[in-house]
Amino acid sequence: MALVASTEAPIIEVSHVSTRFGTAVVHRDVSLTVVRGEVFAIAGGNGCGKSTLLREIIGLLTPTTGTIRLLGTDSRQLTQSNGRPLHRRFGVMFQHGALFSSMTLAENVAVPLREHTPLSAEAIRDIGALKIALVGLPPDSAIKFPSELSGGMRRRAALARAIVMDPELLFLDEPTAGLDPMIAAGFDDLVLELKRLLGLTVVMVTHDLDSLWRIADRVAVLGEGQVLGLGTMDALARSDDPVIRNYFHGPRGRAAHLNHSGTGLHRD
Amino acid sequence: MDDRLQQAAVSLVEGRTLRCRGAWTMPDVAPVERALRGMAWPARNPLVFETSGIEAFDTGGAVVLYRALMEARRQGCEVSIQGLRPDYAQLMSLVSSHWAAMVAEVAPRQNGSERFRASIRNRVAQGARTLEFLGESATALVRLVAAPRRMRWRSCLNSLRLDGVHALPITGLLTFLIGVVIAYQGAEQLRKFGTNIFIVDLVGISLLREIAPLIAAILIAGRSGSAYAAQIGTMKVTEELDALQTFGLSPIELLVLPRVLALVVALPLLTAYADVLGVFGGMLIASNQLNVSFTAFLSRFEEAVALRHMLIGLGKAPFFAVIIALVGCYQGFQIRGGVDDVGRHTTISVVQSIFLVIIFDAICSILLNWWNL
Repeated sequence: MALVASTEAPIIEVSHVSTRFGTAVVHRDVSLTVVRGEVFAIAGGNGCGKSTLLREIIGLLTPTTGTIRLLGTDSRQLTQSNGRPLHRRFGVMFQHGALFSSMTLAENVAVPLREHTPLSAEAIRDIGALKIALVGLPPDSAIKFPSELSGGMRRRAALARAIVMDPELLFLDEPTAGLDPMIAAGFDDLVLELKRLLGLTVVMVTHDLDSLWRIADRVAVLGEGQVLGLGTMDALARSDDPVIRNYFHGPRGRAAHLNHSGTGLHRD
Repeated sequence: MDDRLQQAAVSLVEGRTLRCRGAWTMPDVAPVERALRGMAWPARNPLVFETSGIEAFDTGGAVVLYRALMEARRQGCEVSIQGLRPDYAQLMSLVSSHWAAMVAEVAPRQNGSERFRASIRNRVAQGARTLEFLGESATALVRLVAAPRRMRWRSCLNSLRLDGVHALPITGLLTFLIGVVIAYQGAEQLRKFGTNIFIVDLVGISLLREIAPLIAAILIAGRSGSAYAAQIGTMKVTEELDALQTFGLSPIELLVLPRVLALVVALPLLTAYADVLGVFGGMLIASNQLNVSFTAFLSRFEEAVALRHMLIGLGKAPFFAVIIALVGCYQGFQIRGGVDDVGRHTTISVVQSIFLVIIFDAICSILLNWWNL
């Protein structure tokens, strides 16, 4: 219910989460909260446990210790049968799209509607077509199979499927990884636009610094299994933590920052 | 739906006002959608959609409302919307701005005759690919014979272990049971004529010549042929085959030949093993049901079952092996798209290899009969 105003507890609450796979420690006491209406990014180097944290939040993995509350409910309930109403309230876009390859794009987008709502086939078609149009795909892509779409189009299609139920929360796993800079920037704009139109809260895992500067309201930087820093990009850019400094002030970090501030004069 | 919100509902008041109430959100808007679709719109009446009673709204509700609006207009109604909250009106304008794209007619991709032509083209292309595959396999084989050191012995031995050694228990058990079944069925008939000893001819010849090789081949087609198709297909999907080619390595030489060679060795051995266990199964039943002792059985076996029966059975096995391995690998290479393509071609590989094995076996029977073997 996108437009019912409410002031309630944080939409996501991760508290004291630790994760171990055998002897490998992925997270040590990670805590963070996401508030309604923001674009929250989880950043960090490869292998720092970003995607693992995302998978724990959406209930695909269970943390070793600690709790995660998603929309006010313990995310462990997502694996149980009474978790279904919760599943309707968030959408997930997986890194490689995870579109069902045996279905056309229109059928892919219709899956959550067909499974979760008693709507008629015509209404499902209309709502699906709206979402396909919203993400900027041409109408004739609806009858195509995922293997016939380009990488950027597949990403958009996956986004259309993720937002088809008008979720309150949208999770994006590396939304711009592997896209060319123009298409990636277009994708960022699309996410912002959809956030505005549908009143979404967006949680994304990314290490695309351009996208962090462009669309993230707050960023959590993970490293060494912990939250090294949490705040706006401007605040993080001023951080003294060596890992964060490295992350944001490497050559690419500086370039992204310059792009964003739009001046060649910015110095830190 | 939030419990505080009312059920979505519409009612047409005095033919001029459509009163919309409740939560127009995705799971709950369905009854309204059905009601609106069956609605008889009053012709040429200025009609007002009174929407101030809508308590919650999302794109699903907006699509339903907009569809009703367009439908009423199409039937000649003059329609206006009243009382829509500004944030809901935004969603409506979102729908209206994308409406043209949403209802755009997408031409079906092909009509009947185009589909027919495409399927013919497909068949021809598939035939060409089959020939190409066979040709490449043959040239790879020739290269290998010329330079035997290129053979990937490690992968060949691995395949021998997985497809041969690991198949021993199931092959043995099944042919043993088949031997038992044949002997049981034969015993019924032979006992009537008091020709118990002929059980040896029945079990020996049928098993050695036909049944053991066929059972072994069918099992291997199901076990290994399908595995070849799935392995190679998955490697294709994950671009591993492309990686091999960029190293200048031939996937045929690397993946196909070791598997073919391994099966050519493994299947005759499995068949011989199946022969032994099948005959043993028959022997047990013969002594149990027909009072033919093991010694009597074995001495009759020597005189009644000519060596050629076993040799014919074993001789067919390598050909079966080539058919199974080539079909499995070929289907693996044919996999193009994604996940369900792997499943489809794996199925095809099993069906096709069993089909070809039985065809080959039938041709052998006819030819051998002509030559009185």
